[in-house]
Amino acid sequence: MSIITVKQVKKKFSTLEVLKEISFSLEEGEVLSIIGPSGSGKSTLLRCITNLETIDSGTIVIGGDTLVETNNQGTTIYADKATISRIRLRVGLVFQNFNLFPHFSVLRNITEAPRHVLNTPKKEATEQAYTLLEKMGLADKASAYPYQLSGGQQQRVSIARALALHPQVLCFDEPTSALDPELTGEILEVIKELANEQMTMMVVTHEMAFARDISDRVIFMDDGLIVEAGSPDQVLVNPKNERTKRFLSRFGS
Amino acid sequence: MTKLLLLMLEGTFTSLRIFFLTLLFSLPLGLLVAKGRMSRHRIISSLVNGYIMIMRGTPLILQLIFVYFAPYYILGASTDRFTAVIIAYVINYAAYFAEIYRGGIQSIPQGQLEASSVLGFTKIHTFSHVVMPQVVKRIIPAMGNEVITLVKDTALAQTIGVAELFRVAQNAAAREFSTMPIFIAGVFYFVMNAIVSKSFDLIERKLNYYR
Repeated sequence: MSIITVKQVKKKFSTLEVLKEISFSLEEGEVLSIIGPSGSGKSTLLRCITNLETIDSGTIVIGGDTLVETNNQGTTIYADKATISRIRLRVGLVFQNFNLFPHFSVLRNITEAPRHVLNTPKKEATEQAYTLLEKMGLADKASAYPYQLSGGQQQRVSIARALALHPQVLCFDEPTSALDPELTGEILEVIKELANEQMTMMVVTHEMAFARDISDRVIFMDDGLIVEAGSPDQVLVNPKNERTKRFLSRFGS
Repeated sequence: MTKLLLLMLEGTFTSLRIFFLTLLFSLPLGLLVAKGRMSRHRIISSLVNGYIMIMRGTPLILQLIFVYFAPYYILGASTDRFTAVIIAYVINYAAYFAEIYRGGIQSIPQGQLEASSVLGFTKIHTFSHVVMPQVVKRIIPAMGNEVITLVKDTALAQTIGVAELFRVAQNAAAREFSTMPIFIAGVFYFVMNAIVSKSFDLIERKLNYYR
């Protein structure tokens, strides 16, 4: 069953068409990578799915509930507030620049949402946070503040923070772009591990080798359109489209 | 001399009452004004902007006189002097505080709000637990400036006849044909502001646990 279905989604920033009729779906347990040049709309697509941006028309269905749809009359209607908050918790998002809360300790960064959004009791939320930190190899950093951590550590905390809400899908918006190459590896390892655990994921990335490694499917976007989609081999190794070939040639892979 | 100091302590007490009451009301009111100034509704934001322009663009002493005398000319009844002082100071300082709050709120990176939204925080939770704690840290130096100015501005209350510290000192100076009481008042103000500065230093240090 598809966890996310996106149909004919269009989005404009004033006159600039960022998304021109995007359709795709994400199956349970699938890892989908979205690649493409800057400005191709891949981050915007993630932001529309996580409801940080609103779309102009089209349909987005998440976990069986409609977030937004364009009806037969051509009006685009978003779900009511309660439904949106319910849907929102199904999709986690990891940002390029982490966006941790600087005034909270690592522990509180992770427990804040479970405690106040899911009303998880403090003890349970804390135990869960420690389990997640353990998994991220940061068990000793619970009482540290974000500024005391390296970029890679901060990003691992932000992954733990997203996982603490038990999302059905975890989205990554260029999770390694703000990190130097040395730290990139540790984040990619974490994502790989999640993939092994059958976590459903959507990853916007510029790491081609990584995308080939972990993805079940790759989408190449350019200029607001999905140019090519398929298995990593199809898209990254033997691309059919000229545009995809040109893009990939710059990575020498 | 003891008698003079006792009188001046009494004046200081009035000054401190003005000081604390002004802060008590203008700090929260300023936040409300800042919210209004940042409102998406054009009418609200321009009305609030007009209010801020007037408060910052005219002398406090004039506003004080206006608040005290206007009700008399318009309604035929006047408020008591002390209340007029508090009202004038509160609406004046709220305008300054509002601009400081606004600067602080707008300096919080958009990403903090986006993270809050994705994590499902309500708007109220985001504002009170994510935005405001960080705003407080950022505005402490600017706030320190304003609060120190307020200590000295309490001296203006004498304009409408409230016997605060400076008025008491001036009266004593006239009575004794000596400028000494005025310089003593100066020491009083200095000590009060030393305490204010120290307090702000302490708060700043307390909030230094994160960057």
